[in-house]
Amino acid sequence: MEAPLYNIVLVGTPNCGKTSLFNALTGSRQKVANYPGVTVERKQGFFVTPRGRQVSLIDLPGTYSLRGRSPDEEITRDVVLGRAKGETLPDLVLCVADATNLRLAIRLVLEMKHTGRPMVLALNMFDIAKRRGIIVDVPALSAALGIPVVTSIAVRKGGISDLLGLIDATAASDAPPAGANDWRPHSVAELRATQREADRIIAASVSLPARPDTWTARVDAVVLHPVFGLLILAAILFVMFQAVFAWAQPGMELIAGGFELLGQWVQATLPAGLLQSFLQNGVISGVGSVIVFLPQIILIFLFILLLEDFGYMARAAFLMDRIMGGAGLHGRAFIPLLSSFACAIPGIMATRVIDNRRDRLTTILIAPLMTCSARIPVYTLIISAFIPAKQVWGWINLQGLVMFGLYAVGIASAMGVSFLIKFFMWRDHAPAPFMLELPDYKLPRLKSIALGVYTRAMMFLQRAGTTIFSMMVLIWFLASFPQAPTGATDPAIDYSLAAIIGRFIEPVLAPLGFNWQIAVALIPGMAAREVAVAALGTVYSIEGGKEAAEQIGQVLATKWSLATALSFLAWYIFAPQCASTLAVIKRETGGWRWMWITFFYMLALAYVASLITYNIARSLGAG
Amino acid sequence: MTLDPDQSGPASLLGHARRGFTGTVQALKGGNAPSSLSATELESRLIELGFVEGARVEVLHEGLIGRDPIAVRVENVTVAVRRREAMAVVVI
Repeated sequence: MEAPLYNIVLVGTPNCGKTSLFNALTGSRQKVANYPGVTVERKQGFFVTPRGRQVSLIDLPGTYSLRGRSPDEEITRDVVLGRAKGETLPDLVLCVADATNLRLAIRLVLEMKHTGRPMVLALNMFDIAKRRGIIVDVPALSAALGIPVVTSIAVRKGGISDLLGLIDATAASDAPPAGANDWRPHSVAELRATQREADRIIAASVSLPARPDTWTARVDAVVLHPVFGLLILAAILFVMFQAVFAWAQPGMELIAGGFELLGQWVQATLPAGLLQSFLQNGVISGVGSVIVFLPQIILIFLFILLLEDFGYMARAAFLMDRIMGGAGLHGRAFIPLLSSFACAIPGIMATRVIDNRRDRLTTILIAPLMTCSARIPVYTLIISAFIPAKQVWGWINLQGLVMFGLYAVGIASAMGVSFLIKFFMWRDHAPAPFMLELPDYKLPRLKSIALGVYTRAMMFLQRAGTTIFSMMVLIWFLASFPQAPTGATDPAIDYSLAAIIGRFIEPVLAPLGFNWQIAVALIPGMAAREVAVAALGTVYSIEGGKEAAEQIGQVLATKWSLATALSFLAWYIFAPQCASTLAVIKRETGGWRWMWITFFYMLALAYVASLITYNIARSLGAG
Repeated sequence: MTLDPDQSGPASLLGHARRGFTGTVQALKGGNAPSSLSATELESRLIELGFVEGARVEVLHEGLIGRDPIAVRVENVTVAVRRREAMAVVVI
């Protein structure tokens, strides 16, 4: 009979290298879902031990104690205690500690021992500890803690063989020494006593070098400098956006060229008619105009994951705390807001690290104002069609500068909205505390980053293949039917359903300089922002007939005034056009109320911003 | 009970310490800090980040606005806290 699945959970303090150990053990055999009823991410992976035991491994959110102050920490506590709905009591709790930073980890281990679950401790990043002169007497530590202790190096091949051996040995012993569970939330006195005991154990079994990690100290001297630190942060963000615009170009041109060839091939191969129009205008030009942005999305996620792995994100939160505090935001909101530049959905989900409900709500409300990667297609298209690609002040690309400006307006308005929320709604509350560990810098683990970027890229492609594809089919249908009567002189699209719908909405949007084609594109854009680009592509390519093979950007440049283009950009800074973001807001805030508040305040901002932009641009002669 | 930060005695509050200060944690007094957390909760969180009596602390960095927040080395861990919460840590 085959042995049953062996259930292991990974527990550790934040930044202890838990996730890289998880990746090392399971490789790509992972699945990510949510715990039922809450939005905490449940990461499960599978692997087989050297002796052939099937293991399920769950990566629990990092925590300093089992007190459960945030939804994440509650999940960790409930899973370990076997209280979580749908989770089995773990067969083994695998505690992970950063070998260079044992103090807080050992306290957690001592607290965890009260749960009575079989435990082992993995001293991760043991190579770094050794290099720094930290000497751990592993048998002594194991004896003092009363649990098996092994060392591991998650990032090196063979660095986890001891751990795998220990798991095999523990799984093989038939009656694991599960003790009674007498865990309850620690009082202040108990916490203090436990930390004292941890310090005693460390003093007896670990010898620390006289000098701490000088590398981190030296980098921090510059990076956390009150003035230079902020300049460096601004420079990092600036380089990031320039890179997204400039470095992605070759890749984008390659993809665009590929789709163009494909379109021409379809045109040449199939007879003219509905099928050819569907494939060429609906599928290829629609989906293609979105997939083109894959290189940019890969780049922005690459930057965010690199900064996170390097340990810079916590520094950014430190530098920004008071500045964001001025806008009524918590320093911890910086990380969710920065993730929102990739996509508001992970950003909103990342607000779970903010344990104060008011701070969390404010952050959720403004996260969609951060320029997400789905806006990049829209911005890129309009900028490349209307803004000349010249250099200003010698080295700055004007297009990149406009892009940076759009991001800056998004950030500024987010700060403004947050300030108003704080001022009008929560004026009388003292700000929540900001307490955060600044981890030592670590060289980013390339494999881990590659895995992260890959997952995100696949999610984007999947969206392009499903949501965006089905929207494109719909748009193509609306733009193609009913067909023009025989002998009609106007372009065929003028008789279509799309034109009818667009003209119906047009009066409302006319003050913004939007024509009916834009009105049509905004509707499917609700599904995902980047769809608007594809929709414009489809509408104009059906309308354009002969121009179909041309770039959508060139078409727009001839059809829109500069004022309309700028107004469209202003609309997209604010527009609440993303059904998935709204759905996540509803889920995370536990109701419709905050979702509708977000939707209407963003819609109002979008309308006003476009109205102002259009009228100013026209009065300056750009009409 | 509040401690006068300017008193001539050796004990002072970490919340008043300037960059370069080194010392030892003498006591935690959650009621000292004008924090939105209760005294017990604030003390619990400080302990979880390593602030226990006897721990060596050093103020490594200060923020730009109002020299806040501060980055404090607690034994061998670096922790960022606001001065508001650091008022709960009596140092010597």
